[in-house]
Amino acid sequence: MENNAVKMEGIVKRFPGVLANDHVDFEVRTGEVHALLGENGAGKTTLMSILAGIYRADAGNIYINNRRVHIKSPRDAIKEGVGMIHQNFLLINSHSVAENITLGYDRPRFLLKRKKLEQEIQEIGQKFGLEVDPQAKIWQLSVGEQQRVEILKMLYRGAKILILDEPTAVLTPQEVQELFSTLRRMAQAGHAVVFISHKLEEVMRISDRITVLRKGRKVATLATRDTNPGELARLMVGREVFFDIKKSPPKPGEEVLAIRDLHALSDKGLPALKGVSLSVYSGEILGIAGVAGNGQKELAEVISGLRPAKGGKVLICGKDLTSVSPRRVIEEKVAYIPEDRKGVGTVGNLSVLDNLILKDYRRAPFSSGTFLNLRYIRDHASSLVEKFQIITPTLETSAKLLSGGNLQRLILAREISCSPKLMIAVHPTRGLDVSATESVHRMLLEQRENGAAILLISEDLDELTAISDRLAVIYEGEIMGIVEPKEVTLEEIGLMMAGKKRKMLESSEVTS
Amino acid sequence: MSLVLEKRESSSPLVNFLVPVLSVLFALLLGALIIYLSGFDPGVAYMEMLSGAFGSGYAISETIVKAIPLMLCALGVGLAFKTVLWNIGAEGQLYMGAWAAGWVALSFPQGQSWWLIPLMMIAGFLAGALWGLVPGILKASLNVNEIITSLLLNYVAILWVDYFVYGPWKDPKGYGFPFTPFFGEGAWLPTFFGTRVHLGIVFALFAAIIIYFLLKSTRLGYEIRVIGENPRAAKYAGMNIFRNIIIVFIISGGLAGLAGMAEVSGVIHRLQHAISPGYGYTAIIIAWLSRLNPITTVLVAILFGGLLVGGFSVRSIGLSESLVYVIQGIILFLLLAGDILTRYRLSWRGRS
Repeated sequence: MENNAVKMEGIVKRFPGVLANDHVDFEVRTGEVHALLGENGAGKTTLMSILAGIYRADAGNIYINNRRVHIKSPRDAIKEGVGMIHQNFLLINSHSVAENITLGYDRPRFLLKRKKLEQEIQEIGQKFGLEVDPQAKIWQLSVGEQQRVEILKMLYRGAKILILDEPTAVLTPQEVQELFSTLRRMAQAGHAVVFISHKLEEVMRISDRITVLRKGRKVATLATRDTNPGELARLMVGREVFFDIKKSPPKPGEEVLAIRDLHALSDKGLPALKGVSLSVYSGEILGIAGVAGNGQKELAEVISGLRPAKGGKVLICGKDLTSVSPRRVIEEKVAYIPEDRKGVGTVGNLSVLDNLILKDYRRAPFSSGTFLNLRYIRDHASSLVEKFQIITPTLETSAKLLSGGNLQRLILAREISCSPKLMIAVHPTRGLDVSATESVHRMLLEQRENGAAILLISEDLDELTAISDRLAVIYEGEIMGIVEPKEVTLEEIGLMMAGKKRKMLESSEVTS
Repeated sequence: MSLVLEKRESSSPLVNFLVPVLSVLFALLLGALIIYLSGFDPGVAYMEMLSGAFGSGYAISETIVKAIPLMLCALGVGLAFKTVLWNIGAEGQLYMGAWAAGWVALSFPQGQSWWLIPLMMIAGFLAGALWGLVPGILKASLNVNEIITSLLLNYVAILWVDYFVYGPWKDPKGYGFPFTPFFGEGAWLPTFFGTRVHLGIVFALFAAIIIYFLLKSTRLGYEIRVIGENPRAAKYAGMNIFRNIIIVFIISGGLAGLAGMAEVSGVIHRLQHAISPGYGYTAIIIAWLSRLNPITTVLVAILFGGLLVGGFSVRSIGLSESLVYVIQGIILFLLLAGDILTRYRLSWRGRS
């Protein structure tokens, strides 16, 4: 209470259909680096955007230096000494560093005293290890240097409380090291630093205390020295009670999917997969566990043809399908349930009917040559709606009007209707309620019974251990180990998710 | 209390209908204000326009003559918009179509053969398609902004036609005016019932029906709808986006080219400077106003044809016909501004 730079109390923020922050309490002390940890969508950025004046909370109070404040805009926030550095930089490429730093700031009022400004920038830079040439144009700078400009911008405006939203996502390891020493220096100079991240190793390295959010709620605040990555991983992914899943013993058949030494880049052009090798056999579910952003998305996209491989091979039923078109992969009867149901898996403005034929429209009997066979399509769609219990007023209803669970059933209906040989399911139950989750699990298990090979990517450890036959743990684009869920503890999986290789676990008792 | 925009979770059909209708009504109201400020009676002016456009059989036939190129261009533009390709180049595509058709006609000045008009149609369509292909290929392969390329190519096409009508193809007996000799009568589209309404109306109606069925019941149309609404889902479904962009630009440009062919072959009967009073641009407004529905496009094009013809008749009371373009501009402006209401709703928000 004494030295709280920031105290947020009972913060609630709703977006249409989502409760992003559910009565969150959060405190940051002066002179500390405080990590805000949680999965994608846990509400970290929302909470900090409220502090930085970008969103307004629906309920809750904010105190800065023990004084209640009302932050209505980023301008109010900076007046209170709160500055946020976003994931995407807000810089003007053709302007100089100094010009960017002074842009939008009402000091100097009229005349740019360039020399003085540049000198001030250099002084702040030296103090915190943020050296960058004030006259350089932004386009000449590396990503790491651009980030320094963003930090300088906030410091120049007198920010005492700095929020960095996943600042290491775009940095090289050396730049991360430099950033961390800057954060330390700022904390020592009496600033409060909030570090948003979902990377356990970095959080352990840089922070003094850690607050974990999960599904919009605060789970815990811990001192970094009293915790370990395994515990953090468990707090992040949480535990949910699953009903007993009836599962027959696995009877794996032939190898359907074979991945050999696969390499791929992320959207930002950084290595996301670094030599992944896996096999998935007919009649089994291989789970992929890992904290988000460790290459899961890229893995699914490379297999389905949406992202080119940089090296290695993807074989499906013995055929080399490395970096072929998505259409080619679909023709091999590969079903793909994408992570983003609304953005990728369906077309919101088109009807349920149109969405049900997204993968099948080009083959007989759905179409013949140029024309769609509308009568067949309608019969097919209504039988899928009935069989998969998709609740929709009519077949013409726009897909965007369906609830999350119904939308997922629609996608599953479509993907299963081609009787897939391989099924890739990415976070298939995220955001679904218990009954919808159960029906998704049941459908996946049915496909397994029918002899499909299933690659299940999920962040939910309980889901993975409940329905996978084998479990591979991915960390920074590498497979840490492949285990049978029954034979390992959650603790061990947690450690692998935090980057400990299976072999290392076996050879010694490791705690961090 | 403050007025804020809230995102709609789904668009309301009522608002989707009201926005275009109210846009037109408000534009006419603002037009009335302008007429009043220029010292005329808005009521008289609008009555004059209405009777000039729809008041007699002759008026209606002239309205349809103007509506033909508008329909063809707007159908093409609308198909591109449906794919979220902003083809602003219908004007240039029309000129190129007219030029190519003119080239064929002038090459066979005596031609009475049955194949002359089909050949002109093919030439007109291909030339417009080619003009659409340039922005199409640049967009599909290099992601060059098609708004800029298609717009700027309009000027190239207009000047291209000007070069020929001021230069090599100028009518030697034309007293130096910028036009070619008349085409041989074999290159004239037949007209109906003694009016100037020509066979182009059949092309336009046919095109509307084809596009309607294309979108509704063909694989290509399905792909166009998916790509336009959600390109990421299209990629996920294995659709070839490059190929679709190219095809859409070919059809879109080709229809505008056909409009140019119909205009020179059916109405003007020769090439000249300023073939089109901006049909290609008006088509953008028509496509948008008809919510990209091909059948509605036909009806809206007739309204706009009427607006053009009515604009000529207000000259009789001393008003400038450019009033029509002012009203058109206001309609588009209001329509685009009103579109925000289909995606957001206005609501009052108190202090939290």
